[in-house]
Amino acid sequence: MKQTDAARDPGTAVYDHTIPALSPWSGIVRRGQVLRIVDLKGQQAVDTLFYCAYDTAERYSAQDTLRAQGSAYVSTGTRLLSSEGRAMLTVIADTCGAHDTSAGACSCESNTVRFGQHTRYMHACRENFLVEAAKHGMDKRDLVANINFFMNVPVEPDGRVAIVDGVSTPGAYVELRAEMDVLCLISNCPQVNNPCNGFNPTPVRVLIFAE
Amino acid sequence: MSATADAAESAARIETYRRRYLELKAAGQAPARPLPPPSARDAAPPDAQLVIHRETIPGGWYWATRLARGQALRLLNHSATPGVSLMLWNADDTAERYNAGDTVKVQWSAALSKGRVLYSDMGRVLASLTEDSCAAHDTLVGGSTAASNLEKYGAPCGDAGLRNTRDNLLLAAAKFGLTRRDLAPCISFFSPVATDGQGRFVWREGLVRQGDFVELRAEMNLLLALSNCPHPMAPGTAYAPGPIEALLWRAPPPAADDPCRSGSAEARRGFDNTDPLFGGSGSAP
Repeated sequence: MKQTDAARDPGTAVYDHTIPALSPWSGIVRRGQVLRIVDLKGQQAVDTLFYCAYDTAERYSAQDTLRAQGSAYVSTGTRLLSSEGRAMLTVIADTCGAHDTSAGACSCESNTVRFGQHTRYMHACRENFLVEAAKHGMDKRDLVANINFFMNVPVEPDGRVAIVDGVSTPGAYVELRAEMDVLCLISNCPQVNNPCNGFNPTPVRVLIFAE
Repeated sequence: MSATADAAESAARIETYRRRYLELKAAGQAPARPLPPPSARDAAPPDAQLVIHRETIPGGWYWATRLARGQALRLLNHSATPGVSLMLWNADDTAERYNAGDTVKVQWSAALSKGRVLYSDMGRVLASLTEDSCAAHDTLVGGSTAASNLEKYGAPCGDAGLRNTRDNLLLAAAKFGLTRRDLAPCISFFSPVATDGQGRFVWREGLVRQGDFVELRAEMNLLLALSNCPHPMAPGTAYAPGPIEALLWRAPPPAADDPCRSGSAEARRGFDNTDPLFGGSGSAP
């Protein structure tokens, strides 16, 4: 459900960072803090993973999250569940309304299958995730199904799945309240072979509020 | 370069990418060759001389097995039990494993059925779905957990009759020396999950019947974890999973026009990435 909650003044954020186009980011969001992700230019997928800050073997579980809410998309009210069934974060505001958690992150290898061998040497989200995960002692085994904020992937009743044009407008944002201390990994998606970034990757902004 | 020329070049580049994507999408959602029809429920069993192992997995239990490339695993659902969940790893490098997201988006569909393949996170094919009598499977919602069992059956977790898929897959993985870090979204056969027009998940009761079966042909050497627990969306408040019969056998080498290998451009590219691990041969080692 699309919902605006503009109560938080960016000037009061305890952390404010712009992730350049194509680039990774990671950071800790403490229990009770609010993470805001802003799609500055619109139609920009933000591939995101969460881990329990003290035990990264406990991590975001897309399937458990979808099973618990009974529907396929992430939006206001979605409780992001961990692999141990615990609430990690809750989506408390969403001015976009359509976020995917079924289609995963792009990789050099899957690009070759989806788009052809000529795309093998193009930058991809899992490259970003691997670099960022390594900083926290993690490796490829720790990459699981992620959330794609601002990525529009309808799952049709006949099962058809395709990434289609994003519906996020410039400045669209999503806010998540942390229910435990979490480590957040982001890949500001570099993909240009499908519409997830309007074929033109752009910067996004990450803010953390004390509450 | 002027700003105007820059913008024009950018727009032209975007248009080129968009056109290419729409061509791939049109081809991917309307395969050149239609998917094969479902297998007949009473299809002949494999030649007994080719059978390597038979296993009956009781309702609620798990099984861990290896498959060599070219071997096939037939899962026979004599009791129409609602849901058998699998996780697969490359036996030669367990950092490579089943990737539900890639499997769905590469094939432009979450409706997995005969003729489809299961992709790893490395752009390779782990296994082909060579037989399937019901075309009613799920890889979006996943399996049961202690919490989902508690919510659904209202009994304490851990009781003998209330085993769940998450813990089963953890246990099966552990038998290979793997840990919870090696788990990722699974695939559940005999689980008729779809979405309605609003994105809500629905259970299409009646699509899974006694005698349904699926068969996976290993396209690389695999470690396979199987959990025989009811899908969390299966109707009913009684925990009563039936047994599953697993039949491991030496499948014939795929024919030149094998639908799983050649049914789509994406399938061919997946095998182009997989076959070199085995000397480039498309047949069993």
